[in-house]
Amino acid sequence: MDAEKLANLEAAARKSRAAAIHMMGWAGGGHIGGALSIIETLVYLYFEAMDITAENIATPAERDRFVLSKGHAGPGLYGVLHARGFIPDEWLDTLNQPGTKLPSHCNMALTPGVDFTTGSLGQGFSVAVGMALANRIAARPGRVYTLIGDGESQEGQIWESAMFAAHQGLGNLVAFTDNNKLQLDGVTKDILAVEDLVAKWRAFGWWAVRIDGHDFAAIDQAVTATADFPAPTMIVLETVKSKGFGPGEKTVKNHHMAFTYEEAEKAIAELGAAK
Amino acid sequence: MSLTVELTKKDMRDVYVQALLDSAAERDDLVVLEADLTNSHNTARFGDAHPGRLVNCGITEANSVCVAAGLAASGFRPFLNLFACFASRRAFDQFFLSVNYAGQNVKLVGSDPGVLSQYNGGSHCALEDIAMMRAVPGLIVVEPSDTVSLYHLTRQLADCDRPAYLRLHRKGGAAVYGVDEEFSLGKGKVVADGTDVTLISAGHIMLAAALEARDKLAAVGISAAVLDILTIQPLDEELVLRYAKATGAVVTCENAHRAGGLGGAVAELLAREHPTRMRMVGVDCFGEVGTVASLMKDFGLTADDIVKAAL
Repeated sequence: MDAEKLANLEAAARKSRAAAIHMMGWAGGGHIGGALSIIETLVYLYFEAMDITAENIATPAERDRFVLSKGHAGPGLYGVLHARGFIPDEWLDTLNQPGTKLPSHCNMALTPGVDFTTGSLGQGFSVAVGMALANRIAARPGRVYTLIGDGESQEGQIWESAMFAAHQGLGNLVAFTDNNKLQLDGVTKDILAVEDLVAKWRAFGWWAVRIDGHDFAAIDQAVTATADFPAPTMIVLETVKSKGFGPGEKTVKNHHMAFTYEEAEKAIAELGAAK
Repeated sequence: MSLTVELTKKDMRDVYVQALLDSAAERDDLVVLEADLTNSHNTARFGDAHPGRLVNCGITEANSVCVAAGLAASGFRPFLNLFACFASRRAFDQFFLSVNYAGQNVKLVGSDPGVLSQYNGGSHCALEDIAMMRAVPGLIVVEPSDTVSLYHLTRQLADCDRPAYLRLHRKGGAAVYGVDEEFSLGKGKVVADGTDVTLISAGHIMLAAALEARDKLAAVGISAAVLDILTIQPLDEELVLRYAKATGAVVTCENAHRAGGLGGAVAELLAREHPTRMRMVGVDCFGEVGTVASLMKDFGLTADDIVKAAL
């Protein structure tokens, strides 16, 4: 990845992260941890990998698609959609407010660029599998990306779909696991251990790799490699939950946090990015 | 191929598959999903006629409902066939959220509902499915009563742009209606007229029981109308109210739990619009293993039970 592209992606990540922190700070809190751990991946998808544009955003079946299966990380996705220019500035002050287009969990009927409605863990992943199957049946070139959480990997449905997608040979499907190692109640390995994730996905017939989830070059290399794979891909992202929001990084109880707008402003200033 | 008299004599599952084939001949967006029940639904010939459009998801009901949602979000019209017990209890959150809340056009088919699970017994006896599906806002809930209504309503569901739950009787279901009878989603049928009491049934075994009860009631001087509701949600309110007003008494007859089913739907309507004496013939216990006839007797679903309720 050349230096200019990397600089642009890093700037987009700062802007996306700032918008997400702003949104949740304005709302008095939110699912900060899992929204901020996935910013680099979403920026890479929406700025680099996917063919989504202002022109084709409303016709998702005809382009690459992304399903955020861990739907509670909606504000992270909204931050990226804002940085990409699909969400206007004024919406950032409406998270979870009555009548908002930005609910805490993703709703495809409300938010442009949100390709499926999620919120019950495990389901969005299976829907993405269905989309990839549809593209294959219809001989459409679009690729389908989806992202689950490490905690979400505890859902049995994930493994139903893992088996199904591999059996169907859905090479047009690229999935990510946000392995931030924390879940609502605390540390994932203490609650219900999910590792070895790479070994599990390989055992299920997927091509699987583990990378630094905050490293654009690594994300680029892993995603680019999947172009002609005959099997679906799982990219396990080693991430920091609440990345870029200090008060969140300092606690394991950062799945959902209440915080003030002053704390949000301080974090945004530290990022060095306007919202 | 349109519906023929010969076809109406086949099992309901075969008529259902023929309806899918006939719809697929007119539109190229139908896909059929199974979760290891292809042999139970006889859907293999759909795959033979449309290679790649019959997808066996294996025993992954939760996955299969969401895969169907993903296909729908990609412009396809999936029909997903599960046993009714799995369609309701096993994958309800998936159907509620990823299909209905997300606004995806998936037709979920629950086969062998209620006592039709027969020898599969209590674990497979879906008596709760109507109540669960009625609680999904805007969901169309259909229970055809014979091969003719099944054929036409399946064809209409294939063309319908909204999600629906089809309560499918796999076997039997000989024709009640002539092949040229016209049906509409959301509309019930007057199978027999009457003036003293209205029997409202859903599905072929309860329609047969209601018609038998009508004869028994006639023998004691009671004139019973028999309505075949066909669509449980949205309810044909005009038809139900018209007959409730005309006869002053209503008995609902369903192969399902009394709580929240057809009886619940009718009771809610009558309580709101025209309070009427009514009784509900249905089940209020867990299912068991047995024959359809023995289970109907055990659970109080026979013609005699309907007569008792009407008296």
